[in-house]
Amino acid sequence: MTTIFGYPLVVWMGQLLLGLINGSFYAMLSLGLAVIFGLLRVINFAHGALYMLGAFVALLMATHLGINYWFALVLAPLVVAAGGAVVERTMLSRLYKLDPLYGLLFTFGLALLIEGTFRYFFGASGQPYAVPGALAGGMNLGFMFLPIYRGWVIVASLVVCLAVWLLIEKTKLGSYLRASTEDPVLVQSFGVNVPLLLTLTYALGAGLAGLAGVLAAPIYQVSPLMGTNIIIIVFAVVVVGGMGSILGAIVTGYLLGIAEGLTKVIYPEASNIVIFVIMAIVLILRPAGLFGKDA
Amino acid sequence: MAPLLNVAGLQAWYGESHILHGVDLHVNAGETICILGRNGMGKTTTLRSIMGILSKRTGKIEFDGADLMNVTLHRTARAGIGFVPEERGIFATLSVQENLMLPPKVADGGMSVDEIYNLFPNLKERRNSPGTKLSGGEQQMLAMARILRTGAKCLLLDEPTEGLAPVIIQAIGDVLRELKKRGMTVVLVEQNFRFASKVADRFYVMDHGKMIAEFPVADLPNQMTMLNETLGV
Repeated sequence: MTTIFGYPLVVWMGQLLLGLINGSFYAMLSLGLAVIFGLLRVINFAHGALYMLGAFVALLMATHLGINYWFALVLAPLVVAAGGAVVERTMLSRLYKLDPLYGLLFTFGLALLIEGTFRYFFGASGQPYAVPGALAGGMNLGFMFLPIYRGWVIVASLVVCLAVWLLIEKTKLGSYLRASTEDPVLVQSFGVNVPLLLTLTYALGAGLAGLAGVLAAPIYQVSPLMGTNIIIIVFAVVVVGGMGSILGAIVTGYLLGIAEGLTKVIYPEASNIVIFVIMAIVLILRPAGLFGKDA
Repeated sequence: MAPLLNVAGLQAWYGESHILHGVDLHVNAGETICILGRNGMGKTTTLRSIMGILSKRTGKIEFDGADLMNVTLHRTARAGIGFVPEERGIFATLSVQENLMLPPKVADGGMSVDEIYNLFPNLKERRNSPGTKLSGGEQQMLAMARILRTGAKCLLLDEPTEGLAPVIIQAIGDVLRELKKRGMTVVLVEQNFRFASKVADRFYVMDHGKMIAEFPVADLPNQMTMLNETLGV
């Protein structure tokens, strides 16, 4: 049997896959956080709650309305995005002129409110969400067994991240977004409706979190606490990637997921903290983050 | 004929500081006016207030018959006013081409991209480099060029020659004269008096948040004593 550093290849591959899956969620969530932070200068603590909301909307759509996974994959993120737009328009937008701390406190409070509400109605335990029929089962790759749904999550998240990156880097709308990140007042003086752009950006970030939630539903249990568990790691990803860096958030998301997975092979006890160790090292050596601009 | 831009009794504040104390000025269509004045007298604030960037303001601002006082910032540009800030505001994360294409068209009759590249050949050569890799002069050209594309009728230009070499200043003067031929209305804020005297039709002198003098370019020789006293040039 092939071994690397004395561990069988199968073990490495298994953990690499697990790392890629986790990394897929880290990337999608930190991407949304980075886009929101870049333009709105708000550290969106509600991001984990929005992710949980996406999973719950999909679950409730399935149980109450009989809407299947594929429709939920489109509808649930739209529902979360619409909710995000309403929150930004009616509440968050009033805080931009104040210290950034207010945005952080507001979104933190919002997260507690959403998660508390779901805990009240659904309890803290998780609820299963069935893997859609077309993606059930797995295939033998020779060196490892790949559950098809997990492969789908990796591909879907790569496509989504690439699409968002292209949207921001290559389109007209993206150029408004990048320019507004630098100087929103000047962009607005050119005649661009920047307040609307801020709302759309928050909705985009929220929708991405919601989409990640739907993708996660069949893998992890759908529980009111699923967002709390992942959000701290996602913040570490954003810090390592560089606050506000789009590419940094995506690449770092996958890399840290993989680092976490591979650590499980060598020293499982360290896998929970390896991301934070990397964060500490990066902060010491490159305080602006791996992809951040030195400021 | 009513002036294209008419400002009356304009007062403006930065937070608690009262900067403009009743500015009156008008600009006729196709005219280039220049606001002279020492630093800190409210020239830039006047432009920013007209644009609506400074929202704490009272008085009257009319453009092309429309009242601009209760118009949100992104609608001022739609009325046909374009702003070129003193710091130029070229975006580092956008290429030269993206910077040029950034401001949305507000009216027909703007310059085409080809016409702009003919007027500013340097920008064409460097259209794929990041905006801030340009020299100061090229950044100024780009800041003006991107407004010309939009079809704005009136250009607010804040100290376009600041910190630039004489040959570049001359080129900017050529551009302004070309714009005048095309009927563009320009409000210029300038410290460079020699430059301004070659492009402006009329002058305003600003002191402590008010216009204290107004005269046509032909009257300039008679005004030199007064200008020397107020501007210290």
